[in-house]
Amino acid sequence: MDFSLNEEQQLIVDTTRRFVQSEIVPLEDHLDPDAGSLEPSDYDRLVAKTQSMGFYGLDIPEEYGGPGLNTTTRALMAIEMSQHRAGLYNPCYGVFGGAGLAQLYEATDDQKERWLYPTLKGEKKGCFALTEPSGGSDPARAIQTRGIKDGSEWILSGSKLYISGADKADYALIFARTSDDPGRNGVTAFIVDTDTPGFHVRRVVHTLRATHYATELQFDEMRVPEENILGEVNGGFAIANDRLSRQRIPYAAGCIGPAIRAQEMSIDWAKSRETFGSPLAEKQAIQWMVVDNEIDIRHARYCVLEAAQKADSGERFRTEAAMAKLVATEASSRVIDRCIQIHGGVGVTKDLPLERWYRELRIRRVGEGPSEVQRLIMARDILGGSFK
Amino acid sequence: MGIRLEKAWMDLNSETIASLPAQLGVYHVANSDGTVLSVGYAGAGHLFGMRSALEEELDLHGDQATKFRFEFTANYRSRWDELLMLHLHDFGQLPSHQKAEQSRVGRLSPD
Repeated sequence: MDFSLNEEQQLIVDTTRRFVQSEIVPLEDHLDPDAGSLEPSDYDRLVAKTQSMGFYGLDIPEEYGGPGLNTTTRALMAIEMSQHRAGLYNPCYGVFGGAGLAQLYEATDDQKERWLYPTLKGEKKGCFALTEPSGGSDPARAIQTRGIKDGSEWILSGSKLYISGADKADYALIFARTSDDPGRNGVTAFIVDTDTPGFHVRRVVHTLRATHYATELQFDEMRVPEENILGEVNGGFAIANDRLSRQRIPYAAGCIGPAIRAQEMSIDWAKSRETFGSPLAEKQAIQWMVVDNEIDIRHARYCVLEAAQKADSGERFRTEAAMAKLVATEASSRVIDRCIQIHGGVGVTKDLPLERWYRELRIRRVGEGPSEVQRLIMARDILGGSFK
Repeated sequence: MGIRLEKAWMDLNSETIASLPAQLGVYHVANSDGTVLSVGYAGAGHLFGMRSALEEELDLHGDQATKFRFEFTANYRSRWDELLMLHLHDFGQLPSHQKAEQSRVGRLSPD
């Protein structure tokens, strides 16, 4: 497999790297170390800049006005965009724009008018409500939120947990059980406006991400029109699952950026910091940590690019995406841990971004399917004989 | 654990503030009636954490603000968001001295 970048990819990578270093990093010097957003004036200025560069709305399909990047180029950009303090969860503070909920591209024309296009214009926000208190790793079986048909409406009752952005969302994509099938064939996806009576944001859930919170939702006999169903009745799990698979590659790529930046910082530190009469870089203990970091970073990068290239070539990539997610999240966590060790005391302070990356990377090993689920996915393919 | 900040009020003056640890956290500043004037946080950008943040409040609002209550937390940003949401839920608007825009604060129905 050839991992060399073509001319266009190299240009995009270089441009993104310059943007991060010249536009984002200087602003962070004046922000709270746990900040999750820019000042509105800075945000607007940088959005105008990414729009003029033709990079706004990276994940929006070309036919809807996006730049039409393939998965490999998108992954390469994700690696660059995450090389700053907030970069793991807020790459470039969102100035490259979002795509909204990818599932809405499969919506009906009427649904697109009501939710997709306003989202792409920045007029509406959506949230993705799948996980429940009963579990998130096996959503097909864990979903207990019920949808009962009543004439031309459905009545939804239940709760969701660890939902990001629900408190500020205009609508939610909610998955509910709509048949007696206890598995994946009994789940339907509903698009629900958050001002619907019965929609409640009950609780803020604080996490290791100090700047960001999840929420717990409760639905009390919420009446939803039939036309708000996304896809087919009882066909919702395929919609949810599709997102989970596709999401893994950029999710994995975004973990590599902080590891690369931390490694660069550690190399600079090791060359300049002296102990016992010589630079840290001359101590074998430090040299080995730096080498182990390099192995982890390259391993993660190769896995991500292999998964991305398979996705771009139309091949099956489920196993490769799971491997990329597993390797990138775990390898990057090890890198940050070693980099803190190399830096010593200053590594655990908020003077440097290392402590933030350390906390936030821990979540990455759980979010979007924990490492154990990724292994389960790979085992099914390998043992089932479908892995090539 | 309740989600509202219901610690005992303390007098907002330099002497009381100086006695606080320089830790990170969130706080309410109120007038003599107990009306909350602002919800704030002491972040890592404050040189001496809670002490510096409340000194700023004293300088800015000392003519009206007479008391404060606080809570130490490393999750000062998300807890601050939560307290603003709670205030909006309880009173229908943000505190009078609040810098945050109401449209940027989320909805919460805790009851």
